[in-house]
Amino acid sequence: MTVHAIVIDDSSAMRMILRRIVTKLGFEVDEAVNGRDALDKLNAAEQVPDVALIDWNMPEMNGLEFIQAVRSDPRYSRLTLLMVTTESEQSQIVRALAAGAHEYLIKPFTPDAVAEKLEILGLTAGV
Amino acid sequence: MAIASTEFNYVADLVRREAAIVLEPGKEYLVEARLLPLARAAGQTDIGQYIRHAQQPANREQRWAIVEALTTNETSWFRDAAVFEGFRKELLPRLLETRPAYQPLRIWSAAASTGQEAYSLAMLLTEELGISRKFEIVGTDISRAVLAQARAGRYTQMEMNRGLPARNLVRFFQRTGTAWQVDPQLQRSVSFRELNLAAPFSGLPRFDVVFLRNVLIYFDLPTKQTILRRVRQTMASDGWLILGTAETTRGIDEEFEHTRLGGLTAYRASAEAPLELTRRA
Repeated sequence: MTVHAIVIDDSSAMRMILRRIVTKLGFEVDEAVNGRDALDKLNAAEQVPDVALIDWNMPEMNGLEFIQAVRSDPRYSRLTLLMVTTESEQSQIVRALAAGAHEYLIKPFTPDAVAEKLEILGLTAGV
Repeated sequence: MAIASTEFNYVADLVRREAAIVLEPGKEYLVEARLLPLARAAGQTDIGQYIRHAQQPANREQRWAIVEALTTNETSWFRDAAVFEGFRKELLPRLLETRPAYQPLRIWSAAASTGQEAYSLAMLLTEELGISRKFEIVGTDISRAVLAQARAGRYTQMEMNRGLPARNLVRFFQRTGTAWQVDPQLQRSVSFRELNLAAPFSGLPRFDVVFLRNVLIYFDLPTKQTILRRVRQTMASDGWLILGTAETTRGIDEEFEHTRLGGLTAYRASAEAPLELTRRA
């Protein structure tokens, strides 16, 4: 079974980097440019992705607001949420986890670091 | 600049002599990658010049720096998640059942590098045991440089990103400037010391579990046999050995028996092993 990911980041360069990394891991990847765009894509999707890689600071709807919106909607209860952000204060990590993020990765990161976070989340392609 | 074969051979001999680690032909790229930063730090851009300088009798420290650079491995937190899950769910309950509650669990992280494995075990045991059981973790490595970092318990953001669950980061670390510091209480449960696996061990207690992961692969067969024999002698009679996922005792030391515990393969000395040792003595 293919694992589906959605990369949510307002930086096209970052979307490309993450897309390459998770594609190499065998995932199928969709993209969104902010939280609102991601919610629209989730609403329109036939199948909810398995994991969302979410930037924090984005225009229109930021990553934290996206997480709160997703967590309050039972349709997305199986969506795994990985925050990928430059926000590195301990209090911010606590905030994201309290809002419902399952894991947290701080930019900059290596491809191995992304793979290890996805492994922590029990997400490996082909499973 | 490519390394000359005479220089590669010198480094290979040095690392084999000092650390019993085999660098076979074809590993020139590794020598270049590891020594280039040292050469640059010494103001040289030519690795060959750096190696020739190291050969002068007085430059013992430089030779040691070369050995350290080639024996240090990249490491991450909770490396090979299945191993830690197997330890948590299968091996730890067995240990707790068979040992009196007053006896601290003793665990050896035998190629500790910068300490991630030792601290990962300390985090896992703190989560699982709370204050109900004490434990002691000893981390050893041949490299003084990595042990200094392990003892300091201070890690960069890039190191923290490598496999550390966010809830562990929040619970067991404090941010200090751009780095992260291990919680002092966790740090007290782990000690680090210098130890060359290829030389006789001294001053080690009996361990309930030995983690010797992804290190045997660097040694030749006779050295692997010697290391496993010595490791067996540091283990409690019902203690367990954990190797890297691609490693085995089979074909090296037949006095270990293996058991599959979830995603973990654990080894323990067979019942006949002590008799065998006595016969040899």
